[in-house]
Amino acid sequence: MLTLVLPRRLVGLEGAARRSASVAQRNVDALKTAYWLVMLGGLLEPVLYLFSIGVGVGGLVGEIALPGGRTIGYAEFVAPAMLASSAMSGALSETTFNFFGKMKFMRLYEGMLATPVRPIEIALGELSWAMLRGSVYSAAFLVIMVLLDLTTPARALLAFPAAVLVGFAFGALGMTISTLIRGWQDFDMIGAGQFALFLFSGTFVPATTYPPVLRWLVEVTPLYRAVDLIRGISIGTLGPVQVVDVLYLLAMTGAGLLIAGRRMERLLCR
Amino acid sequence: MNSLIHARGLIKRFEGFTAVDGIDVDVRAGEAFGFLGPNGAGKSSTMRMIGCVSPPTDGVLRILGMDPRRDGPRIRARLGVCPQLDNLDPELTVRENLTTYARFFGIPRRVARARADELLDFVQLSERADSRVEPLSGGMKRRLTIARALVNEPDLVLLDEPTTGLDPQARHLVWERLFRLKQQGVTLVLTTHYMDEAEQLCDRLVVMDGGRIVAEGSPRALIETHSTREVVELRFPTDDQSGYADKLAGIGDRAEVLPDRILLYVGDGDDALAEVHRRSLSPASALVRRSSLEDVFLHLTGRTLVD
Repeated sequence: MLTLVLPRRLVGLEGAARRSASVAQRNVDALKTAYWLVMLGGLLEPVLYLFSIGVGVGGLVGEIALPGGRTIGYAEFVAPAMLASSAMSGALSETTFNFFGKMKFMRLYEGMLATPVRPIEIALGELSWAMLRGSVYSAAFLVIMVLLDLTTPARALLAFPAAVLVGFAFGALGMTISTLIRGWQDFDMIGAGQFALFLFSGTFVPATTYPPVLRWLVEVTPLYRAVDLIRGISIGTLGPVQVVDVLYLLAMTGAGLLIAGRRMERLLCR
Repeated sequence: MNSLIHARGLIKRFEGFTAVDGIDVDVRAGEAFGFLGPNGAGKSSTMRMIGCVSPPTDGVLRILGMDPRRDGPRIRARLGVCPQLDNLDPELTVRENLTTYARFFGIPRRVARARADELLDFVQLSERADSRVEPLSGGMKRRLTIARALVNEPDLVLLDEPTTGLDPQARHLVWERLFRLKQQGVTLVLTTHYMDEAEQLCDRLVVMDGGRIVAEGSPRALIETHSTREVVELRFPTDDQSGYADKLAGIGDRAEVLPDRILLYVGDGDDALAEVHRRSLSPASALVRRSSLEDVFLHLTGRTLVD
């Protein structure tokens, strides 16, 4: 009985993986010169922040004291946060703006759903693509961090999968948001939310400097967890808290995918 | 079961209204089958259920002998779907629209490329293969969508209003291609609210109105059963055509009074028209024609198809 059921299961999974990959590949096909420019913009943003604030403002701030008593340069403190937030914004722009456009205006998914591809496979495929795009940013930014001596090559290698995980988590979140959006006007709200996260997630100032209530609030937000994880790796202060960060981001990925798949089914397979 | 599509008591309900209200349908391999009806008759909802993208609310539905609720992906692998509104990928070229779509079916790249070239040739778009989709005309886009629906060599092709919104020339080109497919033995299922389309393409059709099937048969049989051989269309120079209805009483089998004209259902149109003149009635225009599916629909539902 088991031997009969198991191969079928595996074949089913393989089919799902292949179909998800075909959805992601559609985006590779659509890659044209103009799109590359957009991607370049995504890379430039965190680098500009790093130089203007990390290095520029950092010159005025000087050293920053960690809870353990160790002090590090301000740029060293800010850089991992820039990496985390660029992983976030890369994933979000792909899964909100682009995803919504494909769903509502190009109606691409209607076409895909007339083939064996299922809603959850579209969600997975689009998320994989968002992650792939985010990984390019992350890798490039990590190279810059190593070159500026803001982290070591070994830590950078470990920080890379962490940044990918951050991309996954925010990509899944963005897709869920996309299925709830009513129209383009809602994108202003997403932008505002994203900017608030960017400013107050322990990015430029340690969360320990906030009043307790605010600090608690900041620490449950997803970008804070992402910054905490990547900073822990890049400055070498890994501890049990980072396990919480990883679990948090994994849960976010799973929940986001599940909800997005369900909502898409309800929206498109009426 | 030899039916490619088998439906019994098929129902689709949305919040508050019933789009498809218990229909029975059987479509056999190799035939061209049509759903004829006005907008809102439930044709598209039926097509979406057959295409396994919309779960039936109730009733039995088997596509290619399988259950859409359980075997959706396996069924869709063998269907070709041409939706009512084009959903081609504007970020891809004409050829890529076919090759990328082929990948969703798991068709290997080389096979997909060869098939794309064949299909572009078939729908007469080879010269536009490397063009983007956007500059194409409506008719070209529709032909590309039809080509896309054929990329997996489907057992069953679903066409939802294949020529709605196209100009006459583009429509004829689409019809001609669909007719070729039919001759190749491809099973076609289409919806339309154009009676000429149904007459030209369908071996058999059902007339739908308000979510139900009101008649079924070949175009010829439907006309023979539900209408007379010929029709006389009379327009009188007045705002109220109905005033003339009494004066026409007794000519032919029956008359339909429309806002702008009166239709007389008769065996012989010329005889009937002679009788009209004998009664010294002088319509502004008079036309004798053969009965069409439009007349069948009018008779069955009391309404015209295109409103």
